[in-house]
Amino acid sequence: MTDMSDCCADHGQAEVENRATKERWVYSDTVKDHFFHPRNLMAEEPKEGEFDAEGTVGSPACGDVMRVWLKVDRATDRIADFRWKTFGCGSAIAASSMFALMVTENGGMALAEAVKLRPQDVIARLGGLPNRKIHCSVLIDKAFRKAANAYCRATGQTDRVQVEEGRIVDSRLQITDHDIEEAVLEGATTLEDVQRKLKVGVGDPAAIPEIERLITEYSKKYYG
Amino acid sequence: MRAYLDHAATTRLDPCVLAAMVPYLDEEFGNPSSIYSLGRRSKDAIEDARAKVATVFGSRPDEIVFTGSGTESDNLAILGVARQYRALGKHVVVSPIEHHAVLSPAKHLAKKEGFDITTLPVDVFGRVSPKDVAAALTSETVLVSVMYANNEVGTVEPIREIAKTIRDFKKANGRGENEPPFFHTDACQAAGYLDLDVKKLGVDLLTVNGSKVYGPKGIGALFVRRGVKFEPIMFGGGQEKGLRPGTENVAGIVGFAEAFQIADGGRDAESARLSALRDRLISGILERVPKVELNGHPSERLPNNVNLSILDIEGEAILLYLDEAGISAATGSACDSSSLDPSHVIVALGKPYEYAHASIRFTLGRETTERDVDLVLERLPEVAELLRSISPIEVKDGRGGETAGAFVAGRPHWEKPKDSRQEGNPSTPPDASVRK
Repeated sequence: MTDMSDCCADHGQAEVENRATKERWVYSDTVKDHFFHPRNLMAEEPKEGEFDAEGTVGSPACGDVMRVWLKVDRATDRIADFRWKTFGCGSAIAASSMFALMVTENGGMALAEAVKLRPQDVIARLGGLPNRKIHCSVLIDKAFRKAANAYCRATGQTDRVQVEEGRIVDSRLQITDHDIEEAVLEGATTLEDVQRKLKVGVGDPAAIPEIERLITEYSKKYYG
Repeated sequence: MRAYLDHAATTRLDPCVLAAMVPYLDEEFGNPSSIYSLGRRSKDAIEDARAKVATVFGSRPDEIVFTGSGTESDNLAILGVARQYRALGKHVVVSPIEHHAVLSPAKHLAKKEGFDITTLPVDVFGRVSPKDVAAALTSETVLVSVMYANNEVGTVEPIREIAKTIRDFKKANGRGENEPPFFHTDACQAAGYLDLDVKKLGVDLLTVNGSKVYGPKGIGALFVRRGVKFEPIMFGGGQEKGLRPGTENVAGIVGFAEAFQIADGGRDAESARLSALRDRLISGILERVPKVELNGHPSERLPNNVNLSILDIEGEAILLYLDEAGISAATGSACDSSSLDPSHVIVALGKPYEYAHASIRFTLGRETTERDVDLVLERLPEVAELLRSISPIEVKDGRGGETAGAFVAGRPHWEKPKDSRQEGNPSTPPDASVRK
């Protein structure tokens, strides 16, 4: 006998989204503006050497892919150009556009400053995003960091490369704190939610207190 | 100009239905359980409504229970029958494309009440095969639930053949008509388009609701064939013979019966009218937009359902642009769900997750005209082109023959493959080429 496939919607979320009635969140005017009039889109394929670095994050299977191109003025270390292409929802496109605007406005942000930007800064400029869309702003941030790291490596500034290593939390199933972070961004609020999102059972029961602590930590970090 | 193309979500109240309901929201406010004439009139109204619904089903009035929604009817059927017959067996069979209103109570039975649930396979169109039902039945099976027509992709299931399969199983195992396994079907989307004669269908239980048939929200009905018992899921007074206590929603019941009768009466004409519009919409989109795939069965399909995956772009983004153009539709994308899960129906068809994220559903209805179809055919191609210019991906055109598990462009980052520990986060997925 096959197992009942795990396919039921979350309960207990403060924001009720009814798939049947399509009752949905309200996007701010800024989000709508950036969605319908995206800034800094990569219109055509860039010419060879036109940009210094690029980065791609996400996967089509997840419903979000962002590809970004970065050009830095070596003399001033300011971002000369930042362009993007995104496969994703309204929030994903708006977040990509807003991030691009933030790092290129006023003559371009210094790279050292740009790497200090957090997803929350993008969300603030957008006038807020619904909780379950916060991960879109995290994704553009990750795409940028990938490109920034690629730029630093390519220009021999390896000391500036920011490495994000996942710390393994559940050794039996190789679940890292990044996995938990992703799950929380995808709407998990309890241990059960995380297990459902990661589609795993309990590998190492001793890991549960740490997993729960991380859930609390990431929930606070992203949802306040 | 607004084109409302989300009738599978809900429908506008028919003016005749509203007129029928108004007295029961106004001067006819009596409680049907009261002995005086004001109450008696409300009681009569409910029983007249029940008789109307029974006429559509070809059933007896006493085989109908009114509930508060299609979801409640499904819950009552699944939980009620399973619990009633659990001494005879604790196995339930469902299709993977059922509405959550069927899957969730089934999951609850598995998790909390020790039941075994078998999920049937479906083909790439979402069709259940009677042979697979036969293979799934055991001496422990008490209930099989397969929906008459699917709300997302419109596929119509072979209900009569499945019913016959279950009958044959019972005969072969010396089971009487009133012994398990019983057969339930959720017909909420089929109502108004397909024949609901319960004897012809051969079902033991059947769910319908008001909001899909131009009736009021907040009303459902459950047909339960005489001889089939079930435990109630609510407890209180004696309304609905104790099977669904609570002061009746008289106006809702009256409205539902009126709407139901009107919808069933017009079903042949409406099905013909909408099929033509549907087919023009489908072929029109396939002609004008490249890399589009139809989801659901091409012919065994609800007359009003169009569900397509427009590859390389995402559903919510498409809906936002369509909304600006005055078109209301739906998507199976994860980004547009509360749980951030992609449509379980499209995934159950064996299609890669990208197909769910790229899916758009148009469901036509009474107010849909050629102009609405024209509007979509005018706007959708430019929306698709625009979003494709923004998108960095090119999903490989999968052919429909792939079965579940064929994730063309990589698994989602949150899914750990059961056997391999090595697979990390695919940021550049194997088969979806990022445009160079």
